[in-house]
Amino acid sequence: MTSFWSNWIIILTTITIVGITWLLFGNRKKDNAENQTTGHVYDGIEEYDNPLPAWWFFMFTVTIIWGLGYLVAYPGMGKWEGLLGWTQQGQHDAEVAKAEERYRAMRDRYLALPIEEIAFDPAVKKMGQRLFGNHCAQCHGADARGAYGFPNLTDNDWLWGGSPEAIKHTLNYGRQAAMPAWGPVLGDQGIKEMTAYLLRLNNRSADPALAEAGKQKFGMLCAACHQADGTGNQLVGAPNLTNGIWLYGGSEADIAHTLRVGRNGMMPLQSSLLSEDKIHILTAYVYGLSNTQGN
Amino acid sequence: MNDDQRIDLTEAIPAEVAEVDLYQKREKIYTRKIEGFFQRLRLYTGWPLLIGYFGLPWLEWGGRQAILFDLPARKFHILGMTFWPQDFSLLAFLLIIAAYALFAVTVVAGRVWCGYTCPQTVWTAIFMYLEQRFEGSRNQRIKLDKAPWSIEKVWRKGMKHSSWMVVAFMTGMTFVGYFYPIKQLVPELATFSTGFWQAAWTVFFTLATYINAGWMREQVCKYMCPYARFQSVMFDKDTLIVSYNHARGEPRGSRKHDADPKELGLGECIDCQLCVQVCPTGIDIREGLQYECIGCALCIDACNSIMDKMQYPRDLISYTSEHELAGGKMHWFRPRILGYAAMLCIMMSVFAYNLINRVPLELTVMRDRGDLYVQTNDGRIENIYTLHIVNMTDQQHRYLLSVEGLDDVLIMGNREPLVPAGEDLTVSLRLNAPSGASATASSPIHFNLTAEDNPQLSVRIESRFMRPL
Repeated sequence: MTSFWSNWIIILTTITIVGITWLLFGNRKKDNAENQTTGHVYDGIEEYDNPLPAWWFFMFTVTIIWGLGYLVAYPGMGKWEGLLGWTQQGQHDAEVAKAEERYRAMRDRYLALPIEEIAFDPAVKKMGQRLFGNHCAQCHGADARGAYGFPNLTDNDWLWGGSPEAIKHTLNYGRQAAMPAWGPVLGDQGIKEMTAYLLRLNNRSADPALAEAGKQKFGMLCAACHQADGTGNQLVGAPNLTNGIWLYGGSEADIAHTLRVGRNGMMPLQSSLLSEDKIHILTAYVYGLSNTQGN
Repeated sequence: MNDDQRIDLTEAIPAEVAEVDLYQKREKIYTRKIEGFFQRLRLYTGWPLLIGYFGLPWLEWGGRQAILFDLPARKFHILGMTFWPQDFSLLAFLLIIAAYALFAVTVVAGRVWCGYTCPQTVWTAIFMYLEQRFEGSRNQRIKLDKAPWSIEKVWRKGMKHSSWMVVAFMTGMTFVGYFYPIKQLVPELATFSTGFWQAAWTVFFTLATYINAGWMREQVCKYMCPYARFQSVMFDKDTLIVSYNHARGEPRGSRKHDADPKELGLGECIDCQLCVQVCPTGIDIREGLQYECIGCALCIDACNSIMDKMQYPRDLISYTSEHELAGGKMHWFRPRILGYAAMLCIMMSVFAYNLINRVPLELTVMRDRGDLYVQTNDGRIENIYTLHIVNMTDQQHRYLLSVEGLDDVLIMGNREPLVPAGEDLTVSLRLNAPSGASATASSPIHFNLTAEDNPQLSVRIESRFMRPL
């Protein structure tokens, strides 16, 4: 707030309080023994100039004193911060801290229990669903089945491993996957061959000659990450290329595009946003999504 | 209207009113006990209401208190039905009907609500009865108040206030019993083991009853009750009002029992003041219709008892209308009443229809906001929805979900959600449909949710399905 507006508020408030006080005390009178009228006449009805009832006068006085006290205690006079040190931000922080304390105690009970044990607890599922809705559904969808570029969390196909530890690690620290661009290395013909081989890996129709050529190149270029049989490697986040699940689209054109320009997958880390107990519950929820026992 | 029948306003105002200090203290009203036809009528209307008030919380229905307003759980149980906050419009509608019925009754019969059924009047009558029991008749009470403090005065006053407190406590406890199971509340109060809020509200309503019916009495009607202030706009010249027959009674004056009033030049009012002494709001009905009059008919009973003694015809004070007072006839079927009655019938029918056809099942459908749609490997389109299902019944239900408006649609997710009694469930699912040749990116679809065991328990909610253009 600039000094001008601060002063503006102070002056206006002061004038108002002084004015109201003057109005109350300046018009004060004790009685109306002579039955004076105010001089207003309407339809023959006259208005007496009677004193204010004592309790009204008293209430007004108390209100003015209360108002002055309020302005001393709370920020009301321009830049004056008030003796109580109250702020909206402070009140909000206090409420958040209070709620956090209350719910953390509830979640902490589960923190001590292993993921496998709590994953199918209805209360945990309910809490997990809410946390998932707030923090994960934007990318993975409210039903956790993913979308283009965002993996399906319900199908038991894991890029980085589906054990409780792996899921928790993913949540805590995030993941970064890089599929290099092979376009310059393979050339147009190489891309065609490799695409044909990948189609054959998934039992889809492909030119046998192209696929055979692609297989040779796969052994040299791709097997390091995706393994010689194409089943992927969860240590480096290399997807299984044989199960028909495609993160960036499974059409021939999509596969060729991925080979040519590469992909950059990124799961942001959550530990900076979510407390340990929340991550624990989310881990249990996500673990429970694909391990459907007890459902 | 003849001039001699007209009640002149200036004449009706006593001269000393002009000198009254506006802020004077309340003058205590000592009402005289009176019996009569209308007092018996009041008894007959009052008892069922009191029995209802004190008895209803004790009723059971299906293992639960039949009428329980469970505020912490935000559920109102009324007989077999459970109302949720979503049903608030029904409550609002009910209150509108109640207010409208009050207006309709007022047009016909004036302030019968005030005089016969208003809790303020009923509880004041109970308290007055107790006062009478412990302090005696009107004259005895006036004498007792003037007398110096003595053991007898302390005893009588003490008994009066104790009995008031007992009634007030029963009232307060019963009131809280509508919001907190009364079968827990009573033993808890008896053993001083009740929770803070139950105790606080019981004390609050006990004190409120004690102060209202014991001390405030007619002041509530005169100064606080808004209905007293605006009910007169509903009056017309055929509305029943308690009124003194000015033409017949005036000029008033005392006389010997066997004197002929005509010879003395008097009307039939013997100026015994009984009508004033019995009035719970302390007015003189002979001064005409006043806003303080709550239409309780105590003055009619009082006057009739005197008319009987004098062997004059009854009803010098009576329920009558302005038209009748002017010598005309009462019009019962006037357009205004027919209009009110028709309106009331329509409103009650609509309310009953809504209540009977209320579906205790709620479904909210939210489309995912992240991706508008997802394209699958095989070229089909998927949309993600979050369904919030609230089972407002007392039984667990399995619901069947279906979707209308999409050809060849696959519902991926829980198609048969099971929701426990009185609980809600959030279900995430996606709809998988062919990409189609839709002209618009967004087409309307409907979700149908029907209970497996009860086809009546069914809702249909519109949502949208998004496709790439």
